[in-house]
Amino acid sequence: MPESTSPKIPVQKIPVTVLTGYLGAGKTTLLNRILSENHGKKYAVIVNEFGEIGIDNDLIIGADEEVFEMNNGCVCCTVRGDLVRILEGLMKRKGKFDAIIVETTGLADPAPVAQTFFVDEDVQKNARLDAVVTVADAKWLSDRLKDAPEAKNQIAFADVIVLNKIDLVSKAELAEVEARIRAINPYATLQRTERCQVALTDVLERGAFDLDRILEIEPEFLDAGDGHDHHHHDHDHHHDHDHGHGGLKHYHDEDMQSLSLRSDKPLDATKFMPWLQNLVASEGQKILRSKGILAFSDDDDRYVFQGVHMMLEGDHQRAWKDGEPRQSRLVFIGRELPEQTIRDGFERCITT
Amino acid sequence: MTKEFDPGESASIVSVTDQVRRLSIGMPVIAVHFLGEDAAFVGAEENVAVVSGQSEMSQIAVHGGGILCVASDGHRIVMGGDDGKLIALGKNGEVALLATDAKRRWIDNVALHPDGAVAWSAGKTAFVRSGHAEEKTFDMPSTVGGLAFAPKGLRLAVAHYNGVTLWFPNMTANPEFLEWAGSHLGVVFSPDNKFLVTSMHEPALHGWRLADNRHMRMTGYPGRVRSLSWSAGGKTLATSGADTVIMWPFASKDGPMGKEPAMLASLQARVSTVACHPKQDILAAGYGDGTILMVRLNDGAEILVRRNGTAPVSALAWNNKGTMLAFADEEGDAGLLEV
Repeated sequence: MPESTSPKIPVQKIPVTVLTGYLGAGKTTLLNRILSENHGKKYAVIVNEFGEIGIDNDLIIGADEEVFEMNNGCVCCTVRGDLVRILEGLMKRKGKFDAIIVETTGLADPAPVAQTFFVDEDVQKNARLDAVVTVADAKWLSDRLKDAPEAKNQIAFADVIVLNKIDLVSKAELAEVEARIRAINPYATLQRTERCQVALTDVLERGAFDLDRILEIEPEFLDAGDGHDHHHHDHDHHHDHDHGHGGLKHYHDEDMQSLSLRSDKPLDATKFMPWLQNLVASEGQKILRSKGILAFSDDDDRYVFQGVHMMLEGDHQRAWKDGEPRQSRLVFIGRELPEQTIRDGFERCITT
Repeated sequence: MTKEFDPGESASIVSVTDQVRRLSIGMPVIAVHFLGEDAAFVGAEENVAVVSGQSEMSQIAVHGGGILCVASDGHRIVMGGDDGKLIALGKNGEVALLATDAKRRWIDNVALHPDGAVAWSAGKTAFVRSGHAEEKTFDMPSTVGGLAFAPKGLRLAVAHYNGVTLWFPNMTANPEFLEWAGSHLGVVFSPDNKFLVTSMHEPALHGWRLADNRHMRMTGYPGRVRSLSWSAGGKTLATSGADTVIMWPFASKDGPMGKEPAMLASLQARVSTVACHPKQDILAAGYGDGTILMVRLNDGAEILVRRNGTAPVSALAWNNKGTMLAFADEEGDAGLLEV
């Protein structure tokens, strides 16, 4: 037994990457790459259809995407029952693999997969959600965003978007599809690829759901490495920032948006916490993802939270550093977000 | 963190920890069953460790991977694995391959009937093989969460999403469906065949009185119920899932309907495993902090079998006569106690 033989050593939680993407976008290509590359790691892979994976691996498990509603009266508290069962079974073979990848079908909503990691006590004990990675087809995504709500969900939910098949589109088409993506999800990391040729470190071990690593809360409007200073953005409205970079178009997606909130004054925790809980309880069906870094009055620690629909988790992360601006930042991604109500509610949580 | 057992208010608790024969199984243990007088410790992967009398332990290879489900009738142990195989281990240490899934799917559940029939499931499909009769299969609407044979007749309860299907494999009649929303992960019949109880994905049990399919909701647990055990004669159902053993009364014709459960052996840790004595009103309870207690049902008197400060107790079993208790934890520390 190479792993812990003493209960004093905390159990290492196994990272789980959720791989989504609309039909034909290239999920299987990416999966085959991950499995065949010489990275010295062993992955357990939960797939929906056997036979598509071209790699011989005895830790490939077929799943049925069985979603069920929790019996708590909350219609959006859906979990993947098959995943609960498979993860429990895989835990019998701890030490035989380093990480788990869950592939969803092209038409799947990523929320039940993610929520499984929030709701299930045993899953939480042994595994942690690392990131939702969405593979998108550069040529067809714009069309799918118009006619396939699933495709839009997958983009909105993503921590990492692998924009694949960029060799099949012109520069103008690429700019167009990226602008469409950013209108829905300005926060995901975007990787442009041909045949899913992406560095595996850009899709695996991202820690996107790790409260200690909630740092990437800034919009990623532009290329990484283009020297763009994010602080030039207008902090109050993400559609309304500096347009002077690379001619990137800006769209407003009719039903899926993101909303960011900021305050340089500390928040009143006794007002903020009930407000946030009420917000996700009443609007949770519309809110796909939420996260925030918060500065409370009379509190020297940063408080971080994240959520999926109505489920929230949060904790004190660390002390604010000397000289670090004690600024609260929140983002919500969702459909038909009641923007003004959210802004007004947030304003009332700011200490005066 | 102290390793000492904190006796709390019951400072006068009787301890038999010095009478336990300590064993090191050398692998995480998921279940223990007695085959005659031999204790068979089922590992999380590949092997079963058999300890007979005072002799050495012998390791027996059974599966080529993780062991996902275990059932025993006292004569043999039947296990399903992630290698797609259904394996039986007999009293003499003989290993038999009962079935191999054609698609090499995981064998998720197994159940044994006193007359020798065996049932198992892979994904949504339940299988039954009885005597020399042909294997029968039945596809459920969703993945099978648990299997149990009724104590009388060849009748199989199959738990799945939103309820339980009651299937008579040898009859052409349509299976009966007992509906209750949610994911049902385990199922047991009461020994008198009058009640059916499922453990659910949420921290609750659900029950049906089979005469009229009346519902019984058994809720209030802080954690999922993973271990169920009927007391001698089937008068009460002992359950894990709380920091005390929750005992549901089943002696009357209404079962636990409208009644409060009894609570025994409260500690500062979650009960992980329960095993009722086969003949007397005594049970053994294992906890998440490694503690094991023997508890008398009528007055709640406790005897300490194992102190806390170790891995969660994952397996408990009595031999048929009720003279021997076997236990093991998630890291392979185990023991035998002659009572």
